[in-house]
Amino acid sequence: MKKYFALLLAGVMALSLAACGGSSSAPATPAETQKEETAAEAPAEEKAEAEAPAAEAPAAEEAAAEIKTVEAGKLHMATNAAFPPYEMISDNGGFEGIDVEIATLIAQKLGLELVVDDMEFGSVITSVQGGKSDIAMAGLTVTDERKQNVDFTESYATGVQVIIVPEGSDIQTVDDLANNKMIGVQDGTTGYIYCSSPVEDGGYGEDHVTSYPNGAMAIEALKGGKVDAVVIDNEPAKAFVQANAGLKILDTEYIVENYAIGISKDNNGLRDAVNNALKELIADGSVQLIVDKYINAEK
Amino acid sequence: MGTLFQDLAAQFNQAFIEADRWQRYLSGIGISFTVTLGALIIGIILGVLVAVIRTLHDQQKGTDHSVLLSIANAFCEFYTTVIRGTPMMVQLLIMGFVIFKSSRNLVGVAILSLGINSGAYTAEIIRSGIMSIDPGQMEAGRSLGMDYITVMKDIIIPQAIKNILPALGNELITLFKDTSLVTVIGLTDLTKAAQQIQAKTYQAFMPYIGIAIMYLVVVMILTKLLGILERRLRESDRR
Repeated sequence: MKKYFALLLAGVMALSLAACGGSSSAPATPAETQKEETAAEAPAEEKAEAEAPAAEAPAAEEAAAEIKTVEAGKLHMATNAAFPPYEMISDNGGFEGIDVEIATLIAQKLGLELVVDDMEFGSVITSVQGGKSDIAMAGLTVTDERKQNVDFTESYATGVQVIIVPEGSDIQTVDDLANNKMIGVQDGTTGYIYCSSPVEDGGYGEDHVTSYPNGAMAIEALKGGKVDAVVIDNEPAKAFVQANAGLKILDTEYIVENYAIGISKDNNGLRDAVNNALKELIADGSVQLIVDKYINAEK
Repeated sequence: MGTLFQDLAAQFNQAFIEADRWQRYLSGIGISFTVTLGALIIGIILGVLVAVIRTLHDQQKGTDHSVLLSIANAFCEFYTTVIRGTPMMVQLLIMGFVIFKSSRNLVGVAILSLGINSGAYTAEIIRSGIMSIDPGQMEAGRSLGMDYITVMKDIIIPQAIKNILPALGNELITLFKDTSLVTVIGLTDLTKAAQQIQAKTYQAFMPYIGIAIMYLVVVMILTKLLGILERRLRESDRR
């Protein structure tokens, strides 16, 4: 018995040592986070825009000297390059998309070189938390629970979740989803989070949701009749419906949400620098220009 | 140190307690168990069937080869070749999205896929068990007037099972851990439950370490039970 206890103790000690390394700057975070949370609320955006040119510009240049990145002189961006038009692989094998272009401009402002690290969507955040990448940009939606484990910048774009149904489906509006339907979603997306939350929180419960590793599989399940509807981001939804006859997107959107950049809680210097650079880019219209180029221009 | 433990406690709280998340892990482990049990039963039935057909075919003597048996044997060989020669995940994807593309009974699809997969491996294990029994046992049984099936059922298979129990135990443990693959067809087993909580909270440490411990504990319990069973069966042994 004593032997096991000693072993257990050793395990606990090893664990606490490992965790020490991660949270060395922990005391600084709570206050910062709260500031961030209030600033990230939607109405605050215009206020930030107004302040940005005056107050933030010199701060960004100063910050460039002192920010820590994973690799000196480079800004590593963790993403899942299978999410058009936000990030995708271009025809020549490079990366392109709204997130990639915005990140390029941010890196320029900070005097760094952008490096895109392509990985599974589920790994994007852990990569930033673990110090393998500097920023996470993959159409990440801000939620309160996520804020406890990662810091978010200002929101730079809005994503829309829509509902795809087969033509002739009796699901006409969002409200029809509540009628004991089976909803297909993609693992780890906010579509899953919202749909699977309990009925009293506005969801449909776990029993009415089937979650697939990627969007294409959810669409496959919809075509086979395994699920009655698929809730997914608007842009990939358009591509899926175009590629599969007999499917349509409902006119009413499921939810509108804000995309932001995720940064480790242990790197406040970088977070502030990126956030300031992003605010400037929003203020001078560069972000809007990029969004228009990929989304609005298609129409 | 104080903040460290507070952090860990907060993470633990978020991953297991908040929003009654422990229920997600419980229902996940329930699904994993159901799939393992169902697949085990299908696997053993298929395994015994294939093993008996194949040994029956291999042990034919003289020139009177039964055509029916040859066809059955060819079919069994085809089955083991295909199942052992393709990845489990690919089999699951084919079952989920091609063969049963309209079925909403995901547990059923998972049980069937894993059972068919396990059957191919179990068949080889059981065949090795049957081959390990001295041919004299069969000859003695037959000369006492028992038919082939009775000797197989009452004399050969019970002795074979005893010999192959460690290998069968291995198969059971592998099967239980392989249930984590059913996430690809959309079934919420223990692994998917943890993935979903990771996606909701953006923290990986507690959910993943947590399920690793859960899998480990279950496998340790299974190992213990198998050990007890093995000791029981060995009670009448002389070695």
